[in-house]
Amino acid sequence: MLDHGQTEPYAAFRTKGLSKIYGEGRSAVHALRGVDLEIGRGEIVVLLGPSGSGKSTLLNILGGLDRASEGDAWFGGQCLTKMSNRELTTYRRNHVGFVFQFYNLMPSLTARENVELVTEIAENPISADEALNVVGLGKRLDHFPAQLSGGEQQRVAIARAVAKQPEVLFCDEPTGALDSTTGRAVLRVLQDVNEKLGTTILIITHAAATAAMADRVINFSDGAIRDVQLNNNPVDAEEIEW
Amino acid sequence: MVKPLHAKLFRDLWRIKGQAFAIMVVIGIGVALQVMMSGLVASLTQTRDTYYERHQFADVFASVVRAPEHVAHQLRDIEGAAAIDTRVTGFALIDVAMRDLPVSARVLSLASDNQHHLNEIRLTSGRRPEVGHSQEVVLLESFALAHNILPGNQISVTLNGSRRIFDVVGTAQSPEFIYYAAPGEIIPGHARFGVIWIGRPALAAALDLKGAFNEVLLTLRRDANLDAVLDSIDRILEPYGSAGAYGVENHTSNRFLTEEISGLEVSAKNVPPVFMLVAAFLLYIVISRMVQSEREEIGLMKAFGYTDTEVSIHYLQLIVMIALGGALLGCALGVVLGRLTIPIYTTYYKLPFLLFRLDASSFLTGILTSVTVASLGGAIVLRRIFRLAPAEAMRPPTPPDYSKTGSFGKRIVSYLDQPTRMVLRRVIRQPFRMLGAVVGIAAGMALSLSMLIIYEGFDEALDRTFNVIDRSDAFVTFTAPASNKVIYEMQRINGITLVEPVRSVPVILRNGRRNYAGAITGLAPNAQLFRALDASVQPIALPAKGVVLSTPLATILNLEVGESIILDIRQGSQPTIATRVAAITESLMGSPAFMDIDALNGLIDEENRLSGAYLSIQDGENTDVYNLLKDMPMVAGVSLRVEAEKAFQDIMDQGAGSSRFIMGFMAFAITFGIIYNAARVAKDERTRDLASLRVMGFYQSETAFVLLGELAVVTLVALPLGVLLGNVLSHLIAAGFSTDLYQIPVVFAPNATGTAIAIVVGAALTSGWLVKRDIDQTDVITALKTRE
Ligand SMILES: Nc1ncnc2c1ncn2[C@@H]1O[C@H](COP(=O)(O)OP(=O)(O)O)[C@@H](O)[C@H]1O
Ligand SMILES: [Mg+2]
Repeated sequence: MLDHGQTEPYAAFRTKGLSKIYGEGRSAVHALRGVDLEIGRGEIVVLLGPSGSGKSTLLNILGGLDRASEGDAWFGGQCLTKMSNRELTTYRRNHVGFVFQFYNLMPSLTARENVELVTEIAENPISADEALNVVGLGKRLDHFPAQLSGGEQQRVAIARAVAKQPEVLFCDEPTGALDSTTGRAVLRVLQDVNEKLGTTILIITHAAATAAMADRVINFSDGAIRDVQLNNNPVDAEEIEW
Repeated sequence: MVKPLHAKLFRDLWRIKGQAFAIMVVIGIGVALQVMMSGLVASLTQTRDTYYERHQFADVFASVVRAPEHVAHQLRDIEGAAAIDTRVTGFALIDVAMRDLPVSARVLSLASDNQHHLNEIRLTSGRRPEVGHSQEVVLLESFALAHNILPGNQISVTLNGSRRIFDVVGTAQSPEFIYYAAPGEIIPGHARFGVIWIGRPALAAALDLKGAFNEVLLTLRRDANLDAVLDSIDRILEPYGSAGAYGVENHTSNRFLTEEISGLEVSAKNVPPVFMLVAAFLLYIVISRMVQSEREEIGLMKAFGYTDTEVSIHYLQLIVMIALGGALLGCALGVVLGRLTIPIYTTYYKLPFLLFRLDASSFLTGILTSVTVASLGGAIVLRRIFRLAPAEAMRPPTPPDYSKTGSFGKRIVSYLDQPTRMVLRRVIRQPFRMLGAVVGIAAGMALSLSMLIIYEGFDEALDRTFNVIDRSDAFVTFTAPASNKVIYEMQRINGITLVEPVRSVPVILRNGRRNYAGAITGLAPNAQLFRALDASVQPIALPAKGVVLSTPLATILNLEVGESIILDIRQGSQPTIATRVAAITESLMGSPAFMDIDALNGLIDEENRLSGAYLSIQDGENTDVYNLLKDMPMVAGVSLRVEAEKAFQDIMDQGAGSSRFIMGFMAFAITFGIIYNAARVAKDERTRDLASLRVMGFYQSETAFVLLGELAVVTLVALPLGVLLGNVLSHLIAAGFSTDLYQIPVVFAPNATGTAIAIVVGAALTSGWLVKRDIDQTDVITALKTRE
């Protein structure tokens, strides 16, 4: 187990007393209640926990999509909680990739163009073709989203997220809308990305079995971390029991 | 029906309030214009008809040099004639305090018996002259007001060469002077032209017309044949120097009023539908978007057992509420606009009363058309509800298919970045919606551009008339054709630098069955002060033979250069002459015809005579010149070019000025309505896409480009189309409004075009800004959670 108070030079993320309150007064919802956390570089982290426990909230704050009500969060040496909106956008643009449950592709762009959307604005991207090759879609470059299956769309979304070679990849229930076989294939792709590009990956999932592929498993409940487990022997995503 | 649906209705309405309001404004303007214009038509028509009837406005007019009173009996026997009146008329000069120059005036005899007479005056203050009191007169009210003359005041009048003092005992309005201007002008200058009524015996004595008359008024029986009556009158009056009888439709005051009314009628029929169609299109887009995004709810309602009709009625109610809201807004606005317009009319049209009369049916028409047209726009969408299977609605949405557009111009595409491709693909994927928006914006722009072009045309007419054609400082008219000697007399006046003679002769121009009662103006060869100009604004050298026609005359008579024309001259020996059309001249005021002055005088054997003269006056010498002119016995009137120009300019600044503003506002409203709606719909449809872009690290401005780029494309495409349509429309309007009284030139109008473009771009920017503000405020995470 890692010592939480300790600042390690290689930490990808660190939070201190991170809290998030939605609304005010009686109707206020405490989505996060003082989260202290540290995530190492190049790790695959799986967040588990019941629905409404605050997983997405944490991910959104770390991803620069949302702001904390209290406490601090650091990405490497940068303090996310002190950034302006524009700085957060720049942070997302240069360092972060997202994958959501609903793939959120641009229907008016082909698979390749959807990826190029990101490579155009990124600092150090790999080519769109290469990114699509990584996710195994090298042969469907010119297809529009409407012409792709759900699993394929999600793989395009992953290619789009990784093409900029982000330091971190945030995946909020990436397999939630997929069947188990397709889901495993998608997780395998994430594992590949982690191995080939060394990307730190945070995955929110409902399927507890997914924990088997993680380096670190964080259990969430009621806006706080219940426990953190380190896994020294992550298994291949293809072998996960669904 | 069901209560939850009602709640949904109002919530939906509230949710789309911005769009709903924009549509209501468009509908409202359409209805307002319709209510206002048809109300004005009703008010003007009613007032005119009542006025004419109560004051027995004549149907036929004829003037002669002098006819003995017994000729009236002959006229009375004409078949079709109902009532007939003779009178004595002339011209006079009135000395007024505020002007160096006397004001020219018509003098009309007033019958002193208590019988009903034609063209009866309407006393507005004081009384009529008493029998036997030959020094008592009644003045035209608007003239008296302009000079602050009240009953009890005296005026100094030069009548038939001698100056006399009259007592003003009353002021009056008259159905024959509802719209009037100084001779040779078309814009009223109430201070610069007067009308004096004098008891008939006194006036006849002053004009040497005792026991005679020089004008006949006549009303017709219902079944009368106007042409036959005119022919009979002409035949009877021929020996007395008739200038030709004409019907009330050619009476100047009546013509101006009637043409104003018919212009309003045409506009009331044609302009509001443009707004209605645009509104229907907007509703189509909004409801279409709503039905699309509520597929699931619709499917659910159907699954619960609601019928297609019940579901459709729900959306139809929304449409009807918006249409009704707009229509009611329009009715109220129309009444306000109508009330505001009335004073503008009463400035120029001197009617005894003019209340804005609501045409109740116009309310009904406005409401019915807006609801019908709007529902039609919606009905197209509602068909989709019927087609939607409940199960289909419950399936997760598949992304819209862009594969069919993907192949377009691959090479061109490869130069574009992804956001630009997104913009272009959307534009191409929904060509009809985009086209609709383009046409709508272009229509709104065309409407305002055409009006702006017309106004620039007025400016052009003003400049052409007062600076290019007429370069004189003053125009002098004589009581009767004067001898050449007067030219030298005037040239001797210190301050007058140039005198150019003019001869005006009444004539009926004929070509086969077509004819026009007008005048031929004889101009000096190589005239400098007043010239006949051709289409390229070059002076036309007047030939020794032949007549130069103005464009409206050529059109009315259907004549071209070189063709033969008959001149039925109504002066002097009254010869009928066959000659040719020598040239066509561009004139914007009236329908003149020109000849060489000597040639014209030769035709009637009155060599070296002139009826007026154009003067060029040295700066600073005006007052002295005026005083000397005033004392010349043969001078009937002096009109100053600057005053005529100012009167024209005033009408432009007042009436037209406010219409410019209204037109600009309407174009803004239409463009804003369309673009704002298009932008809102595009935004709603793409909230998720835009949020995704934000997640990927696109800045707000970059995200806005994807959305607003589409609007920019639509607006940019609409601009040239709007310019084109605006120019076409302005030609149609100019053609529709141009008569033989005045013509509106259609000019190349860079200012108008610039203004119209600025208005449209301004509206586009405003709506773009509003929508961008919305995008910026949208919460990224919430947007990603929404399913569509
Ligand atoms: N925008 C919001 N406004 C109000 N409450 C919210 C909002 N987003 C999330 N919540 C609440 O915060 C809590 C945590 O939500 P979330 O982080 O989405 O949970 P999880 O992802 O673990 O299911 C939930 O109770 C949820 O209702
Ligand atoms: Mg969640």
